[in-house]
Amino acid sequence: MEFIQPGSWAEALAIQAEMPAAVPLAGGTDLMVELNFGARRPPALLDLTRISELRHWDIDGSQVRLGAGVTYTQLIAELRDKLPGLALAARTVGSPQIRNRGTVGGNLGTASPAGDAHPPLLAAGAEVEIASVRGTRLLSVDQFFTGPKKNALEPGELIAAIRIPLPSGPQQFSKIGTRNAMVIAVAAVSLALHPDRQQVGTGIGSAGPTPRRARQAEKFLATALAEAGLWESRGRLPDELAAEFGDLVAAAADPIDDVRGTAAYRRHGLSVLARRTLSWVWQDYQDGQYGQYGQYGQPMSSAG
Amino acid sequence: MRVTATVNGQTRQADDVWEGESLLYVLRERLGLPGSKNACEQGECGSCTVYLDNVPVCACLVAAGQVNGRSIVTVEGLASGTDLHPVQQAFLRTGAVQCGFCTPGLIVAAHDLLTRTPRPTDSQIREALAGNLCRCTGYSAILAAVRLAAREMSGDAE
Repeated sequence: MEFIQPGSWAEALAIQAEMPAAVPLAGGTDLMVELNFGARRPPALLDLTRISELRHWDIDGSQVRLGAGVTYTQLIAELRDKLPGLALAARTVGSPQIRNRGTVGGNLGTASPAGDAHPPLLAAGAEVEIASVRGTRLLSVDQFFTGPKKNALEPGELIAAIRIPLPSGPQQFSKIGTRNAMVIAVAAVSLALHPDRQQVGTGIGSAGPTPRRARQAEKFLATALAEAGLWESRGRLPDELAAEFGDLVAAAADPIDDVRGTAAYRRHGLSVLARRTLSWVWQDYQDGQYGQYGQYGQPMSSAG
Repeated sequence: MRVTATVNGQTRQADDVWEGESLLYVLRERLGLPGSKNACEQGECGSCTVYLDNVPVCACLVAAGQVNGRSIVTVEGLASGTDLHPVQQAFLRTGAVQCGFCTPGLIVAAHDLLTRTPRPTDSQIREALAGNLCRCTGYSAILAAVRLAAREMSGDAE
């Protein structure tokens, strides 16, 4: 095995082009487990931790460009107001030690159906910035996951950054596990309201071969809010609307029975999580308390 | 490969390190620092918690080559000579140790918490120690140790 430590992004891309079988290594919270247990012996490790720009984020127009090496700890400390759904999910990842090392780019690279970053990225409508010596391409995050632990990266490609729209409304995340730390989600839901365009974003995790959106549920909720004038009035949500939304989120899942839970439990859990996150985002929407972008009366177009 | 890093304030070098080896293995088997414990090897138990550039991490999940030129502090580096650090003294005084296997990791994690948050609430202590498993004492004495260390270190009277 080789250990390769590029000092620049250009160098990393050149090496990955030359050795497509080299496995990128960032926080090591997934890959090192496989190495420790002898489950994987790649020909080379490509350590990305010396490439400082991967650790940076900035605002690019109406998006946050999040370097692939930004850790969960950074997200919680620095991006709570700009990426509220992702920051909430980051708080539920592992333990402080894991959050200090684990990165969003690594979560996408592993592409586990249970990755905690995935539901909020789906709900927010994020794009993955994929780079190689051939150039850079953007791929919608809902096209990025291609199977359990499989993603759309081609040989020679690396994840450079994730581009996430600044929020125009509240975002929430909730997951089921056996305790409040160190759990792989049994099921997870993230929900985002986009009042600027009167749309809804969802992401569900641990509920199918890949993380996915619940598109019918999104469409139903956005339309129901519009028909009842609730986007403008921010009035009380009818119970039957929340119940229908929960049912549609559960129906979007394709869960399996495994050691962490049964498919039936996951479906039930998803409907509960969907109703719960809906009640939270609606409360946030009524209160106007969801970060500096999109305070009451200040949609993103004027705040961003 | 060769790995060179600052460990507990001294420049240390390890040779013939396997490229897929963990920092934990280097510390324990190559540098003679067995304080960090090897239990789960998957980041679940926190027994191998060390500081890497002042940030607590699971040494089992850091590849050895990633620490080249960086600074590591292990549980062995917290005491001043024979004077135990107040966090270590607090664990002794409250009896927060039974088999002792989880203790080094808990001490590093508690040390980090009290460095950042001198007067933590109980929920802050619980969250900070959520990645450190103890299978003997239960956690009451451990929480008591952290509360005691916080009082001692911040100079608050009982």
